[in-house]
Amino acid sequence: MGFIRNFPLFTIIFSLFSSVLCMMLTGRRAQRYTVCYECFLIALTGAVLWYVCKTGEAFTYVMGEFPAPWGNEIRAGVLEAMLALVFLIILLCSVLGGWRFLLIDVEHSKINLYFTLINLLTAALMSLVWTNDIFTGYVFLEILTLTSCGILIVREIGRTTLAAVRYMVLNLLGSGLFLLGVVLLYSLTGHLLMLPMRAAVSEIVAAPGGAVTVTFSLAILTIGLGIKSGLFPFHFWMPDTYGTATPTSAAILSALVSKAYIFLLFKIYWRVIGIEVFETLPIRRILFGLGILGMVFGSVSAIRADSIHKMVAFSSAAQIGYIYMGLGMGGPLGYVTAIFQILAHAVTKSLLFLTTPRLARVSGDSLLFQNLQGSGLRDKSAGIFFTLCAFSMVGIPVFAGFSAKLFFAVAAVETGDLGILFPTMLALAVSSVLNALYFIRTVIRIYTAGRGGADIYAPRIYAAEHNDDDTPDSFPETETLSGRLSYWIPALALTGMNLFLGLFSWVALDFIRRGLAMFA
Amino acid sequence: MSAKTFKKAFRRWLDGGRDLTENVMDGKRGHDLPRQDQRRLLHEAEDAALARMGRVVRSERRAFAAWYRVASVACCLVLMAVFLYMVAHITRYGAENPRAAEVAERYIERGLEETGAVNIVSGMILDYRAFDTLGESHVLFTALICVMVLLRRDRKNMRTAYEDYYRIREESYFPINHDPIARRVGGALVPCILMFGIYVLLNGQISPGGGFSGGAVLGAGLVIFASTRGDDAVDRFLTGKVFRRATFFALSFYSFAKGYVFFMGANGLENHIPKGTPGAILSGGLILPLDVAVGLVVACTMFGFYSLFRRGIIGGEDADGAAPQKRTEGEEP
Repeated sequence: MGFIRNFPLFTIIFSLFSSVLCMMLTGRRAQRYTVCYECFLIALTGAVLWYVCKTGEAFTYVMGEFPAPWGNEIRAGVLEAMLALVFLIILLCSVLGGWRFLLIDVEHSKINLYFTLINLLTAALMSLVWTNDIFTGYVFLEILTLTSCGILIVREIGRTTLAAVRYMVLNLLGSGLFLLGVVLLYSLTGHLLMLPMRAAVSEIVAAPGGAVTVTFSLAILTIGLGIKSGLFPFHFWMPDTYGTATPTSAAILSALVSKAYIFLLFKIYWRVIGIEVFETLPIRRILFGLGILGMVFGSVSAIRADSIHKMVAFSSAAQIGYIYMGLGMGGPLGYVTAIFQILAHAVTKSLLFLTTPRLARVSGDSLLFQNLQGSGLRDKSAGIFFTLCAFSMVGIPVFAGFSAKLFFAVAAVETGDLGILFPTMLALAVSSVLNALYFIRTVIRIYTAGRGGADIYAPRIYAAEHNDDDTPDSFPETETLSGRLSYWIPALALTGMNLFLGLFSWVALDFIRRGLAMFA
Repeated sequence: MSAKTFKKAFRRWLDGGRDLTENVMDGKRGHDLPRQDQRRLLHEAEDAALARMGRVVRSERRAFAAWYRVASVACCLVLMAVFLYMVAHITRYGAENPRAAEVAERYIERGLEETGAVNIVSGMILDYRAFDTLGESHVLFTALICVMVLLRRDRKNMRTAYEDYYRIREESYFPINHDPIARRVGGALVPCILMFGIYVLLNGQISPGGGFSGGAVLGAGLVIFASTRGDDAVDRFLTGKVFRRATFFALSFYSFAKGYVFFMGANGLENHIPKGTPGAILSGGLILPLDVAVGLVVACTMFGFYSLFRRGIIGGEDADGAAPQKRTEGEEP
């Protein structure tokens, strides 16, 4: 049983090895290997989750022979294990569901490099989830940044390259600010491991004038991670980045990468600063305000968008706003709901990014609203899954989005602070209406009969131009059984998770509560 | 707006016919063009964008530029103020802040005994905090893969103007390897540089140096060799296959060796790796082999960057394994 304690280490080491291995394989084999490997990882993290639930306490794992303040450490509790599990399942679903588009978007000789990047990204995600050391966090944050640019740029189209460059510049700015924050905290505390840091921070804050230095370093760190995850004033890279990436990359970037950054921030608030100290700092109020602004302005931008990808991307900005609102709201339920929203949004948004290209596919490869008319009738499964996700985003009961909104409202009441209660309620109401406005509009659009402006019968110029005679069009009109399965399985799995989070939300909440109890 | 026009506008928006972003700054719509029509419609879109930009430049662009300047200066000033304040308030190292010295003290006092490395820095990065360094060496690998994805020649990026670009580049650039002075100097320098690189690499545990610096020297040696003796000279021993295998073995050795140490250490088991005599070349336990692995990765990455930026391939092999067209051998002047 105790052997399970080694599994977090295995998830990281094996992912690093898999990435190098994928470089040596051919594209198709790399894909198969990655899918099998992700299943293996899911089993490992499932075992870790089961183990920590059974023992009822988190465990730290010393990386090497040198204990806490001297060597590196990783740590696993219910929260970490659960997030790792959900992240891996979504990663697997994205890889499966976007495979057909990957064949079109990515040059065939580079598909193995794509999976090399995916495996590196897995290693980085796992390390960020498990780490108990702020500098390890930084190192793997770098890997995550570079891999996310890599899986974006792999499409090799002008606009994607432009988006990737913009994304990279902003991300590097974010990394730089994060590193500065880490350096400042290190020079204040003299430690890099989270537990000794927290002890030092609580001493510093108690001393006169100490709170200001901690606040400044934490603010720089928060801005860094805020830029990377798309917090309100920094969300303008989203539509280009998510809109031009190949579907798998878009799903991974929006559902996992930005969430990993937020979880790292969450970890820093809880385990480095200490939540009692954090609640006294003004940063909390600012995050609350920015979160609310993000909810409103993200939705407004989404309404103004003229293509479905832009709309979905801007709705991500709104949903990220919810998470930050929860972080800033405070109170026990506020944090729990913020984590719940991470899960709910990851599950929904990944499926949205996997279905929208299918809608576009039957509309002459156009993402413009006017061309999408009737696409839900032409590709029925994509239409249904898109509609379900839209319902979840809007907050229709039985879906995950509804539960998240409900818990946010309850959490606001629980804080007993009118200054939080009124803005939260107002923002939830306004944001829900705005969400409904643009998602329901799209649903109406794709179910209106007719074919709008789309030239759906046009010959596949793209395929004809992009493939030589020896490689046939990679996206056949009639899908094979394996092709259909590779879409249906992830779509059903993600919808199932969505419904589970909506219908049995107390189970998820209970897990998160237990996780937070052993997190501090 | 009267109710009727509003209704009409709303109806158009619902139908997707109305673009609310019209006449707004971010009006470039390249990416939302239908995928299949991208190339055909590119010129139209560019013309439209240019026309829009023309309008925008006169008013909004100028306002935006002014606002941008003010905002960026204000941001910098605020950050400067914050950092100056922080510098003024952070306690100094040493007696004033004993807490901050706790970890460093142990590294200095017991580093030699615990890691077997005279060079404490090596002991620190490859033993105490080896997990971070494991990540760091994969950062390099990630960067290499990203550059490969972007620059390695394939049908997509060779199809358009780049094809000519590479051809013109190869033909018209002054071929330095035909210059007799450069050839001779390169020939004399490269062995020394490589020897020095190997020395730095192997002595990481006893003197300043180690994998990262030694690898950088080795990589620089290879780059000089390639640029003075011609790419073909390097292709003879560093083919794409060799390159891939070297990276593969170095990184997987690193991962598994360190994974083994982490596993044994965490489970309280003896890892059976001899520490050796401090100061000798065989000392510091795993530090020497790890340094070699890191050095290989760094050298490969540096040379890979050079080769990809210069030729779009590594080691004279295309991705499909086909050798590209050989340049005609220039005659020595």
